[in-house]
Amino acid sequence: MASTDRWTHLYKVLSKSGPFSDPDWIPGEETIKSLEESKILVIGAGGLGCEILKNLALSGFKNIHVIDMDTIDISNLNRQFLFRQSDIGKPKAEVAAAFVQKRVKGVKITPYVGKIQDKYEDYYMQFKIVVCGLDSIEARRWINSTLVGMVDMDNPESLKPLIDGGTEGFKGQARVILPSLTSCIECQLDMHAPRPAVPLCTIATIPRQPQHCIEWAHQIAWQDRRKDDAFDSDDMEHIGWVYNAALERSKEFNISGVTFQMTQGVVKNIIPAIASTNAVIAAATTSEALKIATSCNPFLENYMMYAGEEGVYTYTFEAEKKSDCPVCGNLARKLTVNGDATLEEFIEMLGERPEAQLKKPSLRTEETTLYQRFPPQLEEQTRPNLKLKLRDLLVDGQEVAVSDPAYTIDFRFQLVFG
Amino acid sequence: MASDFPQTLVGPSSKERKYDRQLRLWAASGQQALEESRVLLVNSDGPWGDKSTGVSGVVGVETLKNLVLPGIGGFTIVDPAVVTEPDLGVNFFLEAESLGKPRAEETCRLLKELNPDVEGSFYSKPVAEILKEEPDFLSQYRLALISGPIKRSSLESISSAAQKLGLPVLYTRSVGFYSAFSLQLPAVFPIVETHPDPESTQDLRLLNPWPELLEAGASINNLDTLDDHQHGHIPYVLLLLHYLETWKKTHDGNFPSNYKEKTEFRELVRSSARTNNPQGGEENYDEAVAAVLKSLNPFALRSSTREIFELDECQNLTTDSTDFWVIASAVREFYEQHNLLPLPGSLPDMKAQSADYVSLQNIYKSKAREDIADVTKIIRRIESQLCRAAEIPAKDIEVFCKNASHIQVIRGRNIPQVGGGDAETRKRIRSELGNDESLMPIFIAFQILDTVVTGIQEGNYPEVSLDNEVVWSMELDRILSAIATDGSAPPIDDDVRDRILEATRELRRTEGGELHNISSLTGGLVAQESLKVITRQYVPLDNTCIFNGIRSSSTMYKL
Repeated sequence: MASTDRWTHLYKVLSKSGPFSDPDWIPGEETIKSLEESKILVIGAGGLGCEILKNLALSGFKNIHVIDMDTIDISNLNRQFLFRQSDIGKPKAEVAAAFVQKRVKGVKITPYVGKIQDKYEDYYMQFKIVVCGLDSIEARRWINSTLVGMVDMDNPESLKPLIDGGTEGFKGQARVILPSLTSCIECQLDMHAPRPAVPLCTIATIPRQPQHCIEWAHQIAWQDRRKDDAFDSDDMEHIGWVYNAALERSKEFNISGVTFQMTQGVVKNIIPAIASTNAVIAAATTSEALKIATSCNPFLENYMMYAGEEGVYTYTFEAEKKSDCPVCGNLARKLTVNGDATLEEFIEMLGERPEAQLKKPSLRTEETTLYQRFPPQLEEQTRPNLKLKLRDLLVDGQEVAVSDPAYTIDFRFQLVFG
Repeated sequence: MASDFPQTLVGPSSKERKYDRQLRLWAASGQQALEESRVLLVNSDGPWGDKSTGVSGVVGVETLKNLVLPGIGGFTIVDPAVVTEPDLGVNFFLEAESLGKPRAEETCRLLKELNPDVEGSFYSKPVAEILKEEPDFLSQYRLALISGPIKRSSLESISSAAQKLGLPVLYTRSVGFYSAFSLQLPAVFPIVETHPDPESTQDLRLLNPWPELLEAGASINNLDTLDDHQHGHIPYVLLLLHYLETWKKTHDGNFPSNYKEKTEFRELVRSSARTNNPQGGEENYDEAVAAVLKSLNPFALRSSTREIFELDECQNLTTDSTDFWVIASAVREFYEQHNLLPLPGSLPDMKAQSADYVSLQNIYKSKAREDIADVTKIIRRIESQLCRAAEIPAKDIEVFCKNASHIQVIRGRNIPQVGGGDAETRKRIRSELGNDESLMPIFIAFQILDTVVTGIQEGNYPEVSLDNEVVWSMELDRILSAIATDGSAPPIDDDVRDRILEATRELRRTEGGELHNISSLTGGLVAQESLKVITRQYVPLDNTCIFNGIRSSSTMYKL
């Protein structure tokens, strides 16, 4: 039979046990059948997603779904190998799905062009495994908290292993998460601290670096002179305007080094990306998907980091599950804060602290609402609190629940005055 | 109005837009090196017996994918195999219509679709034939990739010819959940742009300031008279210079030299910050305090740089010395004169008024330019002494001086082999086997596979030997006795043998077959090394990497 022949290599590891496979594992037809029946979801059809789709199709998965809201841009072509010049402007999920489905006979790939937040629990419940190839921390946190929230201890099927990959330049990481059982993305949040933002006063009054001039042009000059145009970082005319404004400012302060490329990098927060790193990390995630779906070998517990600048470096370790994780733990996370800071300053800090990273928080205690962004009446009512000191709003060690429109859950913090 | 600022036409070219995300890693110079390079892939070397067409070559094709996308100049695939049904289940760059056609041609065609800027060609015959017909065949390439396991005689003929040409070779095997690859570099492989972490290259010269920097530090002797705003905006570099002078006055003119003194000095700086302001402290003082331990170290030449200076190539220049060695030799002379390397000249961002920061930055930049001029003077003198025809471009001298503290030279080693390889390799393998977490058993298992495949291809073993306990056990004993010859190493005990047997059992599981995930991952790693070799940026593998897909871990070995 043609198709058995086709999977000669793969079927060998699925039909023969090895020295490291679980002694109770039964290789053979049943394992192959369960692999073919495993519905798997891929989030992201970009640099990692293209690779992930190819790898899953060639790992014997037959029923793959893929979500991505983006369309193809020329700067994707140096690594997103399922896309061609003529595909620019088309939705990534559709083009990627069609390409892999055509190339690998017998696999069905269902694309969805949109946001992960468009979908509800019943949608995610249909999959056996979720593989993420995303460039946004926010989206990762959303799917993580959704999958943790779905776990029903009486229903083993409700636990969806989440395999996550991420890259930046020559570096990357792959991790396996068993929601509610092992360390989750939120537990590991502080390992992926955001770059510290340049203080506004530096941008506004004392620029020293070319990047400061670009931030000024982007954040201040645009607001000043073109506030009626919505800034679009994909519009070359807009980037060109910001570049020229930044260049003028840099001349005024004798700062050198503003370039068009740098302007684009700062304004769009561009992360360098290459095909080879994506290949490494994507394959690390899909190799785990194959092992989880078939038990042909033990899977990763639970984190692999890779760095390729100097030789080939990997570090594999078990990240810890945290009992004060706002998503999978049951304790409030302790935050040491200055009691004399105002609520407004505290809110700003929540956006920057590696262990919080919440940009639009609303806050309340068990008894009262401290600050609520929506609806407007409530915002107005709670706004005066922003100027008050934490010490005057809370007692030392009090718990605060924080919600943020980007996430479905509440984050619990215990504020300790230090 | 949109035209408040002078509008110059500046947009990037479509090529710059396509390659934007990688140009941020290796810049135009790296891209140019890529575009000027042609890569050879030897993707199989004939069938293993009657049933198997031999290496399925997925790892080779996946590697090329990762090189075609960023835009290498061209590639050539050498692969005598014909596409079979099992190829379609593991190789993405084949399609149903490829069945029965030459694999070299089909993979070449589908890889070329990835990037119209890249040229691709193929040969559907064994590499040994090509080398016989075209003796100069290898000289057109910048890099050769070989997908193993391959007949030992073929591997040796390519690697020894490559060594004579100074052509780097990457020999890769990916089987089941394991892979291993080795990089054979030319005997001397220098790298200037190693891209170290910017933090590690920071050189502020606080303990040996040149006169202009010292003067800038002395200019803030009126600290008490400054208002809070001015006081809070003095660049921390100047603060440290100032307090170092204060310190020296009470310490016999000496700098804080040990940990205890540095923490005392740090306290002096910390306690000098103004705290009676609304912020309750000063950011520039915080920065100064944080910089004390890492910035107050006397200049020390890294041992790797010292070793480069001591190499024969650096000590004894000839008319034919490459530019790298001429510059290295001049920098060494500079070092001998000043006990310092040329200043890189960069200054980290710090709390400061714009003009103060820029003028401090200029002090560093001017000094760096002065140092480059000194080095250039030495180079021009050497060039005339050696009667070299062409001057080394100023840009190359500048790049070298900026990176001088982190230059590297890798001494290339041959593709490691246990049987027939050199004694040093065997010794390293053996000492590594004593560590029970080591991935070396996987390397030994691959060595056995190489031998078994060579045996099959040369007609000494039947095809079924790919998964034959007796054959593998015999070959294992042969390898173990080869590495056991050195009396001083610990004995190879049963534990070691068992670990190797385990690895061989896992390797035999697919009878030499590839799993797509592992080959794709390995193709990523091999492409990464290829990019570093071709661009001569970042630091390539020296010289062997083993990947274990069961534990998702890898280790580098110098074999």
